[in-house]
Order: sequence, then structure tokens, then C-alpha cells
Amino acid sequence: MKIPLAYSLRNLWTRKLTTALTAGGMALVVFVYAAVLMLDAGLRQTLVSTGRDDNIVVTRRSAGTEIQSAVERQQAAIVESQPEIALRAGGAPLVSKETVVLIAQPKRDTGVPTNVTVRGIGAEGLALRPQVRVISGRLFRPGSTEIVVGKGVYDRFEGVGLGERLRFGGREWTVVGVFDGGGSAFDSELWGDGEQMMQSFRRNAFSSVIARLGDPGAFDALKARLEADPRLTVDVKRERAFYEEQSAALSNFISYLGLTLSVIFSIGAMIGAMITMYAAVANRTGEIGTLRALGFRRGAVLAAFLAEALFLGLVGWVVGLAFASLMQLVQISTLNWQSFAELAFRFTLTPKIVLQSLAFALAMALAGGVLPALRAARLKIVDALRAA
Amino acid sequence: MHFLKLVLRNALRHKLRTGLTVLGLVVAILSFGLLQTVVDAWYAGAAGAAPTRLVTRNAISLVFPLPLSYRDRIRAVDGVRAVSYGNWFGGIYQEPKNFFPQFAIDAATYFDLFREYRIPDEEFAAFLRDRKGAIVGRKLADTYGFRVGDNVPIRGTIYAGNWEFTVRAIYDGAEPKTDTSQFFFHWDYLNETLKQRSRARADQVGIYFVDIIDADRAAEVSQAIDALFRNSLAETLTETEKAFQIGFVKQTEAIVIAIRLVSYVVILIILAVMANTMAMTARERLSEYATLKALGFSPGYVARLIFGESIAIAVIGAGIGIALTFPVAEWFAAQMGTLFPVFAVSRETIALQVGCAVAVGIAAALVPGRRAARVRIVDGLRAIG
Repeated sequence: MKIPLAYSLRNLWTRKLTTALTAGGMALVVFVYAAVLMLDAGLRQTLVSTGRDDNIVVTRRSAGTEIQSAVERQQAAIVESQPEIALRAGGAPLVSKETVVLIAQPKRDTGVPTNVTVRGIGAEGLALRPQVRVISGRLFRPGSTEIVVGKGVYDRFEGVGLGERLRFGGREWTVVGVFDGGGSAFDSELWGDGEQMMQSFRRNAFSSVIARLGDPGAFDALKARLEADPRLTVDVKRERAFYEEQSAALSNFISYLGLTLSVIFSIGAMIGAMITMYAAVANRTGEIGTLRALGFRRGAVLAAFLAEALFLGLVGWVVGLAFASLMQLVQISTLNWQSFAELAFRFTLTPKIVLQSLAFALAMALAGGVLPALRAARLKIVDALRAA
Repeated sequence: MHFLKLVLRNALRHKLRTGLTVLGLVVAILSFGLLQTVVDAWYAGAAGAAPTRLVTRNAISLVFPLPLSYRDRIRAVDGVRAVSYGNWFGGIYQEPKNFFPQFAIDAATYFDLFREYRIPDEEFAAFLRDRKGAIVGRKLADTYGFRVGDNVPIRGTIYAGNWEFTVRAIYDGAEPKTDTSQFFFHWDYLNETLKQRSRARADQVGIYFVDIIDADRAAEVSQAIDALFRNSLAETLTETEKAFQIGFVKQTEAIVIAIRLVSYVVILIILAVMANTMAMTARERLSEYATLKALGFSPGYVARLIFGESIAIAVIGAGIGIALTFPVAEWFAAQMGTLFPVFAVSRETIALQVGCAVAVGIAAALVPGRRAARVRIVDGLRAIG
């Protein structure tokens, strides 16, 4: 026969302070664990929404990032004329030849100059990224020194308001609009006319070529042919894979550091649960003896104490996750070491994280509760009754 | 003396519970110390900067170079003692995860400015003679097993192609905080190769290092340099080396702040565990405290007993934790290789560890101490654990 669950719950309720402190310790660990996973999920989501599977990014071989890359005009023209690339209604290829540079712009809250990506796009640059739309002002006119700023940059940086002028590359650039990149990395960029930027930076090579595939399945054939072409020294990647690689180091850093910390911190919380449960067993030795004398089996006693520990974990999970979900209101912006530019992303709670943190909290509670519960189950009836 | 004895005896009454609490404290204080050290390591570049060194770079951002011709014009500025220059190479050694900084530097002047890099004379002479020679830091050499005479192939990301270098010298740091994870080679080698491969990119310098005579004139000299190139094709931005390094750290500040916050979360976790231990202990002994009071001991004495026990446990845990911080930090630094060039436990970190432990000890005893001091003798004697 099983011991009623209410027995375990009421025992916790009787020692409110102890229960609160133990569950509180666990809640903090769950909070750290969930927050780290949310940060990593937010980063991934930002990058997944940046890239499309039917877009390709062509950069110079082993450049890694657009900043380091250079694709000569002739090379770009060869890429542009490949048959796999989709055409517009008028017959023009859906290709954007882009110039990507960094400028240092002061941040609004700290005043610290921070690297911002400036992207000069071609005529089809917007058509290739349907998630980007202008939310105030208007788009820059082609062939002018006008720029539009991403929402994230607009919110966090100084001197990028509508009508303000930025000075770089020996020219003044007027901000004429703000665009929303739909939560993508483009939110952290400034966009202008590619050819104008080539001239002002005195460059003869593009940074990258972005193109839409007519048939996403043709990627492997195109990649193999372009990378084998002796006239080209390029890497061809799917846009989504390209952006995932861009943040692989940051993502790894966050998840390794976070998970290591969660595991170390969980030792503290497990010890807390163990102390509480050992005390619960010690204080209730007489009760346990009585239960056994009444005919409850060892397994039932074990289950009752494990249930108590698991319930502590459950409370910790609820509280920890509740606080972690508040973190969704916070936006994090940091330097991405690979692209060397500022990237903004949010803490994002996914159903997977909810389940993962539940499993983590219960595992913690179980690890802390199993030894005390075994001790309770092993007590001899006579000894236990005598102890009371 | 009796008081201390009583406190210790009390602490050892529940050996398992005290042992677990101490273990928790050890883990918490240790991880707190490591996290603080990680934050320190983040700022290590700025801490190692000399006050008399300025850094001049393109005002737009670091990805834009400056012409080589600026070297002589900067040297002519009043207050400047010497000028050197270098380019960030950003290559990959075997795999992208093997990150270490590589700089193409002007061999004749660079080490004159950066005197904290100690190089044996004969090795340095060998480096000067070999155009493809390289000087590597001690830590970098240890991480990848580089020895003098080894060939090191590096794949360029900014400067395309495969580059071959021969290690000619290994430098040591003059101080523990000196970064010995860097890889230096001849700027001339880079430049001459660029002249053949892509003419337009030759004779371009990434950053100038400017040594000034008087550290107090840093601001004035910086302005004088920037004024020289105002309205030119490549305007400059000059700042002290420290400001330059901090600029990098500031951009990743969100991560530093997160690590700092998290390091205090572990203290909160252990506070909850410790407070729980003390609360349980005090509740079980309520009748004893009442007995002490009945014998005539003051409420303050009873409270001191609890505070003493709490602080004693905290200090023992912290002591072990701090003692373990050093070997664990050493092990961690070895695992991380060149990712953290400088990874040393600072005095402030230890002070913070001690401070946090004492604070936890006191905070954990607040509620139980108050309760024990205030309990009425009759209620206390009646209480059952």
C-alpha cells in the first residue's frame, strides 16, 4: 500500500522556513540554468531568422566573415550569371553584391564607441530579405548617400535618429528611415547603397554576394561548380548556415559556461536538499517506525520521502522558471567575436527549455533526496520506534 | 576559551549536516573565486597596458587601415619618443578553435616599445635574420608545443593563402600579468607578399603604437596626432593603450556583467543552504537554549553561540574553498590554453571570498539567533524538535 501523497506535502508545509530556503536555493539554480538556455535559444533564433535556406552567401575562400572577405567585380559577375540563380520578372538575377564594413558609433546608455555593421546593398538586397521592412521614414534612394538604420541600432546608439548625419568614409550620410529586421541580425546593422559605399571606401571588391536559388535543391551542384572554378577563390554557403557559423563561438561560449555553472551550482542546491531531507528523516524516526509497524512497506516509505524531495524540486522549478521567464523582457547586446560587430538578441523561452529545466530540477531533487530516503526505508521497526 | 569550545562542539554534533554544509560552502566559494578571476582575466589586457603608449588607428573603425606614410609624420609630433606599427593577421592555425592573436609587426621597433616581452638576445638576432621568422609567447609555445626551429603553417583569413613561419624566439613576460599568448612575425614579410599578390593592399598599416616621453601629456599628444590627419582620406583616432584595450572589453560588457551577477547568485544559493542548516540546528536545540537561559546565561550569550557556530562553519568552508582556488585556477588556465592569456587569482578576489563567507555566516544566523535569544524559557523548555 502506498503512503498518501498528502503526508509528504504536509510535512513540507509544517517546516515552512526550511522548505522555503531549500526550494529557494533550487530556484536560483533553475533560474541560472533556464536563463542560459534562453540566451542561447535567443541567439540561435536571431540567426535562424537572419538566414534563409534558399539564399546563398558567396565570400572569399576561408574568409569566415563578410568583413574579412573580398570578391572582385569579375568574380561577382561570374557568380551572378550561374543558371541556378533565380530571376526576377524582368529577367534580372536575384543577386545583391554587398559591401560590409564596420564603423565605431557611441552607444546611447554608456557612450562607449561600439562596432556597428554597415552594409551597402545592391538593388535586390531588400527582395532577398523579405523579413526586413521599413517602419518609419523611407528607404534610401539608390545612388544617394542616404542610409536606413536597423531597429536595434536605432534604439541603442546615438546619432542615428531620422534626419541625423553620420560621418564615415569621407562623406556625410543622412539617416532617412528605420527598418525592422523581424528579430534578425539585420536589426543591428545600417544599410545604404552598395555602389556609393564602394566609392567612398575606395574599394574595388565587394565583401560578399548574396543570391536566391531558383531551386533550393540545386545548392550542392552550384557550390561544387563555383568552388572548383579556377577563376574564383570563393566559399559558397547557405545563408542560414553562414549565420549559424558566425555565432558558433559565442553560442558555444554561452552554453559551455552556462551549463558548467549550472552543474556546479546544482551541487550547492543538492546539498541543501540533502540536509533538509536528512533532518526530516532524523526528526521523524518515530513516525517512520509507526508507519512500518502499521504495515507500510519499505518501498512505500522510500516513495514517500522521494516524493517529498521531488516536490521541493518542483517548487524550485516553478519559482525559478517564473523569474527566468521575466528575463524575456531583457535584451542583451554584445560583441560577436567572429563578425566583430555588435549583435543584439533576447532571452527566448521555448517549450523545450521548460521541459529541460523541469528535468534538471527534478534530477537535482532526486540526487539530494535519494540517500536520506534510503536511510528512512532501511530503518528497523524496533529501533525506529525506540528512538521516538 | 570555553565559549569557543562550546561553539565547536556544537558545530560537530551533526557531523553529516555540518560536513555537507561545509562541502556546499567549499563549492560555492571556489566557483565564486573562479568567476571573479574570469572577469579579471577579461580586463587583463587593459591592466597590462603601459601609460606611455598610445594607439593610433583609423577613425572609422579597426577594419580600415592607415597608410605607411603616417609613420614619419607621427614620429615628428612633439612629445613622441618612438613609433612602431603592426597589422592584426587573424589567421587560423590548423583549426578555427585554436585561437591565438597573430600580429605582423615592425621587427626593428616593436620590441623597443614593448619592453615587457623578454627575449633572449641570440634568439632575437636569429629572428631579425629570418624574414619568415616568428616570436611566440611562452604560454602559446607551451599550449601547442612550439619550439625554436619549428615550422608553423597559418591559414590567412584577412590575408588569403597559406603562410609559413619558423619559430625563432620565445618570449617571457616581465610580469605575471604580461600576455604571453601572442604570435609576432615580420611586417615586411606580410607587406612584400602583398606587393606581389594584391598591390592595392600593400603599404597599409593596421595600427600605430606611439611611445611618448611623458605620460601626463598623453591627451595633448593624441590630439596633436589626430589633428595632423583631419580631413584626410584616412582620419585617425589616437587613445592610450589602456583606453584602446578597455574599448574591446566594453563591447563585450554584457557578458562580463552576466558573469559578475552569476557569481553572486552562487553566494545566494549557499546562503539559503547555510540559513537552512542554522534554522534547523537552532530549532532542535531550542530547549537547550532555554536551559542555558534558565541557568542565568544572557540572551546575548545564546545568540552569540549561534552566530559563532554559523561563522565558524562559514570560515572553515571558505578556508578550504580559497585554498582550493589556486590549484583549480591553475588547472583551468591550462585547459583554456591561450583563450585567457592571463589567469591569476588576485588579492581582491580572495578578500571578496572571505567577505562573502563571513557575510553568509552572519546572515544565516540572523533569524535563528534572534529566535533563540527571544524565546521564553517556559516555551523553550516545552519545545520539541
